[in-house]
Amino acid sequence: MALQLPREWRRRAERYRLFGGRCLGCGRISPSLRPICPACQDDRMEEVELSGRGEVYSFAVMYKAPEGFEQDIPYVVALVKLEEGPVITAQITDVAVDDVRVGMPVESVLRQWRQHGPDGHIVYGYKFRPAQRP
Amino acid sequence: MAHSRPHEVYVIGTGQVPVREHWERSLRDLAVWALHSAVADSGIEAPEALYVGNMLGALLSDQQHLGTLVASWAGYRGIEAATVEAACCSGGSALRQGYLAVRSGAHRAVAVVGVEKMTDSVNGAATAGLAMAADAEAEGAVGLSFPAINALLMRRYMHEFEPRREDFAAFSVNSHANAVGNPNAMFRKAISERAYLEAPMIADPVNLMDSAPMADGAAAVILADAETAEQLGRRGVRITGSAVATDSLALQDRRELLCLDAVAASTARALDMAGKTPADVSFFELHDAFTIMAVLSLEAAGFAPKGEGYRLATEGAVTREGRIPICTMGGLKARGHPVGATGVYQAVEAVLQLTGRAGDCQVAGAKVGLIQNIGGSGATVVTHVLEAD
Ligand SMILES: [Zn+2]
Repeated sequence: MALQLPREWRRRAERYRLFGGRCLGCGRISPSLRPICPACQDDRMEEVELSGRGEVYSFAVMYKAPEGFEQDIPYVVALVKLEEGPVITAQITDVAVDDVRVGMPVESVLRQWRQHGPDGHIVYGYKFRPAQRP
Repeated sequence: MAHSRPHEVYVIGTGQVPVREHWERSLRDLAVWALHSAVADSGIEAPEALYVGNMLGALLSDQQHLGTLVASWAGYRGIEAATVEAACCSGGSALRQGYLAVRSGAHRAVAVVGVEKMTDSVNGAATAGLAMAADAEAEGAVGLSFPAINALLMRRYMHEFEPRREDFAAFSVNSHANAVGNPNAMFRKAISERAYLEAPMIADPVNLMDSAPMADGAAAVILADAETAEQLGRRGVRITGSAVATDSLALQDRRELLCLDAVAASTARALDMAGKTPADVSFFELHDAFTIMAVLSLEAAGFAPKGEGYRLATEGAVTREGRIPICTMGGLKARGHPVGATGVYQAVEAVLQLTGRAGDCQVAGAKVGLIQNIGGSGATVVTHVLEAD
């Protein structure tokens, strides 16, 4: 995937700071701010900061990577169930791939996602590591 | 506006290109080859409209606008044409459009082509292209491939229901065994459970033998109303059910990860329309792009309770002689998965089964065929019921 600078720039806030959208109709929190609640179709959504604490709901160990991620092989991608309810897709970091388990407590950290070319733009965003904060 | 009665929709001709790495054939060559075969088989001179299912032409062959390109190259100057894209179910979605065109009375005889040319680009572009079936912002941006998405489903399934690896192996073993008798299949070679267990991991727990291979291919059907089918003496197979249902692209937005809601809804609607239940189905061409999709599809479609679909392969229920035969000519795993063409291959194979022309792959006494093409990991699900008339 080629670097699309305007797109990377537009999404910086939700990558650096984990937040979701809370539906004022049913109370459900979605993993990203969206115009309509996926559960009840209410359009009254408010931004809510997420704690970044959760647990691994499922994961995969990548041995063949998409373009731009080859240098990270093997790496772990996961569905993380956050304590506020929503599930978010992210990489798991700071742990040996063999030690990752379903149910493992994790917390969010800011990390480098990928670099576009040797002198290219570096994209940062959230990843999750084994929980350390009390 | 007056409403006339909907028209019955017959499949009056089929054509398919062997699924291969066709180094000497282009995207358009493959499409025209399948289309001409189907037109010749049907006995019509030319279709009134053409719907082309394709996913990756823009990325891998620098070509969009395929509907008109194929119509023009096939020699059907001036006819209506359009391309239909819905990721891995582009072919099934094109079939749905063809069905609606005849059903509504807008056309009397139309052509549907599914085509994919995946070997034109050799630097991993096809893999990147397939990832576009998932949510680029939620999933692609953080390093998930399409196999990874299926691995997330498979890992959670293994965590909740504790199937053995051998239970997944049985699905690949069945598909390969079935493909031996299909001259159009890519892999006409049986595989052993051991070969599955020793296959390299792509996105653990998904290994190479869990995954359908990329390939080049094209398949086509001609659909017509009852009067046209009658005139041509081609009232062999009728489409009695047709439905599409959708779900979120991203797994993180699903209601319940291991329930393919769109499979359940689309299957129920198509069967209901045909006045059938799962017990009436002679064979089920499901979308086994990954073994876990076969398992989850069998459960959501109503052939097994939740958490027990994996047992059907080890018990032998999914073989051609079993209670619910699947992938009777090899499925995506062994016939091959030229993505945008797959849904139309399923239709062609169902017609061969229902007309007793499936050769060594024949399911004895096949009367009702269920075919299902899935875009993404359960995001768009196209289901058709075909019956011997
Ligand atoms: Zn709501």
